[in-house]
Amino acid sequence: MGLFDHLVIFPVLIPFFVAVALLFPSLNNSLARQRVLTIAASILMVVVAFVLLFKIKDQGIQVYALGDWSAPFGIILVADAFSVLMVCLSAVLGLAVTLYASAGEDKNGAFFHPLIMFQLMGINGAFLTGDAFNLFVFFEVLLIASYSLMMHGGGKQRIQVNIHYVFLNLIGSSLFLFALGTLYGTLGTLNFADMADRIPLLSSNELLITKSGALLLLAVFGLKAAMLPLHFWLPKAYASTSAPVAALFAIMTKVGIYSIWRVHGVMFGDQAGELANIALPWLWPIALLTIAIGAVSVLASKSLRVLCSNLVIVSVGTLLVTISLNTVQAAAAGIYYLLHSTVACAAMFLLAGVIQQQRGKAEDRFVTTRTMPQAGILGFIFILLAIGLIGMPPLSGFVGKALILQSVTKASQAVWVWPLILGAGLIALIALSRAGTALFWRTNGENNTALQGQPVQYLAIGLLVGILPLMVIFGGAVSDFAQLAAEQLKAGLSLQQLNEVANNG
Amino acid sequence: MELVYAVCVGFMSACGIFLMLRGHTFTLVIGLTLLSYAVNLFLFASGGLTIGAPAVLNGSENYADPLPQALVLTAIVIGFAMTAFAVILAMRGRSDMGNDHVDGTEPFDRLAAEEKS
Repeated sequence: MGLFDHLVIFPVLIPFFVAVALLFPSLNNSLARQRVLTIAASILMVVVAFVLLFKIKDQGIQVYALGDWSAPFGIILVADAFSVLMVCLSAVLGLAVTLYASAGEDKNGAFFHPLIMFQLMGINGAFLTGDAFNLFVFFEVLLIASYSLMMHGGGKQRIQVNIHYVFLNLIGSSLFLFALGTLYGTLGTLNFADMADRIPLLSSNELLITKSGALLLLAVFGLKAAMLPLHFWLPKAYASTSAPVAALFAIMTKVGIYSIWRVHGVMFGDQAGELANIALPWLWPIALLTIAIGAVSVLASKSLRVLCSNLVIVSVGTLLVTISLNTVQAAAAGIYYLLHSTVACAAMFLLAGVIQQQRGKAEDRFVTTRTMPQAGILGFIFILLAIGLIGMPPLSGFVGKALILQSVTKASQAVWVWPLILGAGLIALIALSRAGTALFWRTNGENNTALQGQPVQYLAIGLLVGILPLMVIFGGAVSDFAQLAAEQLKAGLSLQQLNEVANNG
Repeated sequence: MELVYAVCVGFMSACGIFLMLRGHTFTLVIGLTLLSYAVNLFLFASGGLTIGAPAVLNGSENYADPLPQALVLTAIVIGFAMTAFAVILAMRGRSDMGNDHVDGTEPFDRLAAEEKS
């Protein structure tokens, strides 16, 4: 076996080894060396992720059995088109965040770079794992990194918000274990492929227990994804933490969405016999209400970061809609929109960080204050991102929303989805125009003392903003790949197929 | 045996959840600890309860399912680390905010205020 055969595990191993290396004194003592190493590692991760993407495009699903122990006994990683897209997304986001933080944000507290690496390890692991218990383990890895990152820089408000965030997620983790125990009790396995094989074969007295385990998992993933009514922690948490961390957290809600897709969209999906689509009756109203409540909160936001956090909730609702539509076409549209919304929200958080620096005490609140030194360039980026987030042409938000609206085929569903998604877009338009007016035009006097944004910060934002037009220019290729991802996702993977792929590799 | 075990796990979870519903970090940590004990026992039992059987596949028909034990071990380690983190966070919150309420401020207690006046 060459090095190339181990490609699937690289997105987990690279951040792990780099994080451990960063803890050694010779690296830990020098911020400059830490920055160089993390940025180099992030670039390497982007390269690896895209190599893996092209490999999967050519050769189909990749399965990696750790220590060559075959499933269902060993631990396996499964990289299909959907998971590799998510890994690419997290790698690009990781690069932007480390670049941005190198401008000085990492000085505000200890261990910023190792924590970012551990966080990326957890995120990539959660996307690649083919085993429910390892999903739990990687969730914990990304969570404990996120607990510390959220408090990075300290301050009363961050501590107080972090108490809510940490305890909520600890309770979530306990429920996760209860759900896993319940499912193991009836299915006798925690391998995703094996579970999917065994669910249709359950005897009637085990159905109810399995169902309760599955729905408990929905609550756990829903907490991570911030779906109604488990979304209350999100706006405060994202708005009070530092800009690069908030940008990285834009993908954390997507980890929840991804898991709901894998478990409730596919494993308990159409092929699950008696338990087919058990989560759908819950997901459908929850998705619509999440969009509605997100849109209302967008209108009520008093600062740019809170506004952006509420836009994250709207995007979560939109993605839940595509899950509950339960068709390949809707899944493909959802995957395209997922890429777009994560990148756009992350870029907006980074931009809010620069705006906050340049406005002094007013931070990013919508109040009158002195003009920003670099209002011109910031305003330009703001308009681009606003167009993307609202979903207006010519950027990828428009394509994503159009694909979603197109994938709603039944009139009974269209009657709910169309007005809500278009209405949420209109509300985003109103709120973002108001935000832009307040931030850039409602000013009194010049400000000569404020900090200038550093080139590396603009590079990080530019990297993310540049993806939005690219997703339109290469829209055909991206949506084709999203289609492939949706088809592989919906087809599912049986244990037999899994082992065949593993043996061929 | 199953009934006693189930009742114990259920009672412990109920106590944990009751304590977690309080608004102070101290009771929250205790409640969380109880809940994680309960969840560890629950996981342990998820492979079925057997007495006097080895936890390895030794060729005989009579063995205890080894996987839940491995899972429990992982869950204990993770739970331990998380509880330690939660305790430190609670202490930090207590010293920064001056009280141990999860919202950072004690809610206004009308009855206590009337009693004082």
